[in-house]
Amino acid sequence: MATTDDVKLIGAWPSPFVMRARIALNIKSVDYEFLQEQLGTKSDLLLKSNPVHKKIPVLIHGHKPVCESLVIVQYVDDVWASDQPILPSDPYDRAIARFWAAYIDDKWFPSLSGMARGPTEEAKKAAYEQVVEGLALLEDAFGKCSKGKPFFGGDRIGYLDIALGSFLGWIRVTEKMGNLKLLDEAKTPHLVKWAENFCADASVKDVMPETDKLAEFAKMLMAKAKSAPPN
Amino acid sequence: MADDLKVFRTWSSPFALRIIWALQLKGLEYETIFEDLSQKSPLLLQYNPTYKKVPVLVHNGKPISESLVILEYIEETWNQNPLLPEDPYERAKARFWAKFVDEKLLQSVIDVLVTEGNKQEEAVPRAKENLKYIEEELKGNKFFGGATIGFTDIALGWTARWLPIIEEVTGIKLIEADTFPRISEWMQNFCDVPVIKANWPPYDKMVTKVQGTREKCLAPKGTN
Repeated sequence: MATTDDVKLIGAWPSPFVMRARIALNIKSVDYEFLQEQLGTKSDLLLKSNPVHKKIPVLIHGHKPVCESLVIVQYVDDVWASDQPILPSDPYDRAIARFWAAYIDDKWFPSLSGMARGPTEEAKKAAYEQVVEGLALLEDAFGKCSKGKPFFGGDRIGYLDIALGSFLGWIRVTEKMGNLKLLDEAKTPHLVKWAENFCADASVKDVMPETDKLAEFAKMLMAKAKSAPPN
Repeated sequence: MADDLKVFRTWSSPFALRIIWALQLKGLEYETIFEDLSQKSPLLLQYNPTYKKVPVLVHNGKPISESLVILEYIEETWNQNPLLPEDPYERAKARFWAKFVDEKLLQSVIDVLVTEGNKQEEAVPRAKENLKYIEEELKGNKFFGGATIGFTDIALGWTARWLPIIEEVTGIKLIEADTFPRISEWMQNFCDVPVIKANWPPYDKMVTKVQGTREKCLAPKGTN
């Protein structure tokens, strides 16, 4: 049963990991206070609530902090259990969703980062190829998980939709700034359609940043990185 | 219908041990398939095409990969002897710490094993810092799971055997009883659990293997 305990989320609008927590809370219609961190500094509350990683997002529910985006999503699903389940009900389907979400975080996202942050042009190109390869795997996974429905989770957005969909803003920025295609009508037609449906969903549309705004932010980050003193 | 359970593992994989422990703690019967990773079986490649790694659990023909994903699956499929707490906040903590073990602690310990000189000198405090977080989280409980072992204990469990071996191979003490009293006690208690005691790979064979890993990583390039 939904609890009326105070819910706060420490985060920042550009972060895909923070977006995961926001989408989960939106799915469950949970009101929360969004405490935005300023770029370049970490608030006392953040450092106190997440001393191990010192990272966003952190969900604070009744003064108790929950850290790590996918842990938060599962927590939200556990606490507000009766409204709109996020994880599938069947244990095997849950395992598949968790497997691909872990793949996205452990393998795919580092490659996406590597496209911008790779130390050499060669490394960046290799990262790009890994991203494309990963999306092909996810296109295939979509076919198996969705069973003909619009989302990985079926009729409604679920765990794996959230895990991957939270990166759509950054995928679009990467495509725009690199003048290339990651989601491709020819290679990943299901994911292209899925991306449209995901971004249009009520729980997503207010928290998915506009591509232009995110691109400006990315440019600013890159400029900052270039002007920072070398390590 | 009786459950058909198969575990693909190697004799030395600490990740596969997690699965063995969980299955045995739940009293489940399973078939073991030992893999030679230099010659992976067609079945393994079919069951885990993404990573081509062990462990893989196959339940009634359906494969699951990634040890923490497998643990959650086992927990959700068989209710006896629960490994995760019921309270959502405690569950979140268990998952957080299991992730911490795999994403931070593991690599920091490996870094101590596979380096020497200055690099190793830098790696040791990083590993100890991660161990300190674990030490603090134990908070005087016998296990993370309370009176009996649970999800986090299983995730962390490899350290009870591998850390002493790494200490022996490198000559570096990571867990001193006076600086890590809780972890020291936890390791003893953990190793006393019958299911844990029964399943460690042979100690000497492990030392040889860990020694081999260190030597291979330290070998000058081009001599492999």
